Amino acid sequence: MKKSLAILALSLGMVSLGACGDNRMHSHGVYMLVDTSGTYAREMGKAAKIVNYLLATLNPGDSLAVAKVESRSFTEKDIVAKVTFDKRPSQATSQKRVFKDKIQTFAKEIKGSAYTDITGGLIQGAEYLNETKSGIKTIVIFSDMQEELGKGTIRDFPISLDGFRVVALNVTKLGTDNADPRLYLDRLARWEARVRKAGASEWVVVNDLEHNLESILTTR
Amino acid sequence: MTNWNSWLFWPDHVALSVLVLALMAMVFLYAARKPMHGIIHSTCTLMSHSMRFVSRWLFLAADNMRLRNQSVLLAHGQESEAVIIEREFERVGNILRKDMQEFPALQRKMLEEATRMEDEYRKCGVVPPPPPEWVTALESVAQIKSGGDIPRKLLEDIGRSIQKIHDKTIAEFRRSYEERHKILNAMQPSWRTVEKLMGEMDKKMVTLQTNAKQIDVHIGKFEGIRAKDTKTEHALTMSSFVHLAISSLVMVIALGGAFINYKLIALPMSEMVGASDYLMSNLKTSDVAALVIILMEASMGLFLLESLRITQLFPRIASMDDRMRRRLMIASLVFLTILAVIESSLALMRDMLVADKASLMRDLASIAPAPSDGVLTSIPMIGQMVMGFVLPFALAFVAIPFESLVHSMRTVVGVCLVQGMRGLGVTLRFLGLLFKRLAKVFEMAYDVTIVVPLMVERWVLTMRTGPSVEMEEPALSKQRRAA
Repeated sequence: MKKSLAILALSLGMVSLGACGDNRMHSHGVYMLVDTSGTYAREMGKAAKIVNYLLATLNPGDSLAVAKVESRSFTEKDIVAKVTFDKRPSQATSQKRVFKDKIQTFAKEIKGSAYTDITGGLIQGAEYLNETKSGIKTIVIFSDMQEELGKGTIRDFPISLDGFRVVALNVTKLGTDNADPRLYLDRLARWEARVRKAGASEWVVVNDLEHNLESILTTR
Repeated sequence: MTNWNSWLFWPDHVALSVLVLALMAMVFLYAARKPMHGIIHSTCTLMSHSMRFVSRWLFLAADNMRLRNQSVLLAHGQESEAVIIEREFERVGNILRKDMQEFPALQRKMLEEATRMEDEYRKCGVVPPPPPEWVTALESVAQIKSGGDIPRKLLEDIGRSIQKIHDKTIAEFRRSYEERHKILNAMQPSWRTVEKLMGEMDKKMVTLQTNAKQIDVHIGKFEGIRAKDTKTEHALTMSSFVHLAISSLVMVIALGGAFINYKLIALPMSEMVGASDYLMSNLKTSDVAALVIILMEASMGLFLLESLRITQLFPRIASMDDRMRRRLMIASLVFLTILAVIESSLALMRDMLVADKASLMRDLASIAPAPSDGVLTSIPMIGQMVMGFVLPFALAFVAIPFESLVHSMRTVVGVCLVQGMRGLGVTLRFLGLLFKRLAKVFEMAYDVTIVVPLMVERWVLTMRTGPSVEMEEPALSKQRRAA
């Protein structure tokens, strides 16, 4: 009798532990990098719309951070706004409102940067998302994916993006791409190879922001 | 192709090789004829006996199950009928207690009314007018012999007096009739009262008679159950099927209600227990919490109906003393009301959450808020709150079809199992019979493949023992067939 009770208690304990450990596995963490260099700074309106879409789609318990890509982006200072939504839906709604206001303010006061350090932003994003312990981790890059590093900025080393989804958004064609499309295709292929080598589980390119926004969060 | 060729002795002469192979096979099969026949016979007998054994076991088990089902069905039927008869007797008792105890008073009232009516009737009897005295006077005057003015004057005086008296008498007579009419008029309510009382008595007697007839019907059923009558058993079984169908339908409807209830409280529950907590891979804690609330409501409803003795799923509650049962009933009702109030509040919270989210979505999409009509927009909220309060009580009544479902399911599943076992038994018996006959068929089919060696054998035997064997063989085969 005692043995049976012990087994029952143990099973219940295991179920409870399993249940507790399972919670974060369902949460979604999104880190959005917004390119502010050169002419791309003018695309900030679109970026704000995407942030609004993310705010509308993410659920209580999920995490979201928006950071700008500057000359050197591996720093917390570049994070414009970050939040882990409360478990209560009402609180999460309030947090979303505050987040939206922050992004609107940022969009108004944006200043273009001389260089574009996407790799630094990726490393920063990976660090942030690993801290949130989200089950599904997505890094969204709102950029033309043309990396330009300043003097003394070292980024040619292997990075780790194990289990991350990387979504390239609004990858606009540059003037040179129009002359030779291979440049554009090569650029995308290079980035794909790089993130896959870093251990990313998925690489998605979304250019149709009107109809294909679901791909940002949907795991294939 | 290679394998096939490897079997040929002379690959260039396929026909010859096949012929030799066939001959060799035939010789081998002829040599193995007896053991092969034995194997075929034993296997088929084994299969046939096993199937017959299992079939017999199935029939026996089905019979046992049928008896068990019958006893359960009859016991349940007897219990139900006893309850119905008890209720009918109770009803009759109530009628007798309530109405028949009023009968002496009613009778007294009716007697009083009758006496009064009799008195009144006597009063209104026709009183004949007094005999006219002037007739005698007239006769006396008529006997006066002498003529003259005196008799004329006298007669005139008498005539005047008579006229006076006549008028007075007529007036008296009319007043008397008027009084009698008044009495008769006053009797009308008494008659009506008597008629009403008689009607009421008649109605009560009819009700009593109907109840007595119903009791008779139920007693008849009860007797049939006690006598284990096949007709009654069949009727009870059919009634179980009907009960199962009806209660299943009601349960499906109730499940629909429970689903709406669940939808109503699942979202606000996430505000209480957290929207991002999961119990298992796809099982949200808030969903489970909402489900638990609904199940608690159903349980409270079950206890309430049990304590009211409407359902009898828990014999412990049914056998409780009345004080404890009443306490349990009050406790269940209080808990149910609390849960209903909680659910109503959750419905309100749901509406607020949905409105808040809609507002956020509008903000995010930069859409101006729609102009709101205060009354119209509050209708869904009020509706949700009312539903949240009412649904738990409606859900409480699920206990009644649930009890019916449990009882009828036992009978229906039992009947289906018995029929299934019998069907399987018949199939196995048929297969056993088939295997028994198949042994002979397989043996003959085997002999067909070695027909040439068998012919040679027969020819050799004929050569050895003469034509008597050949003559004997039909007789032998006949004997074999007979065996």
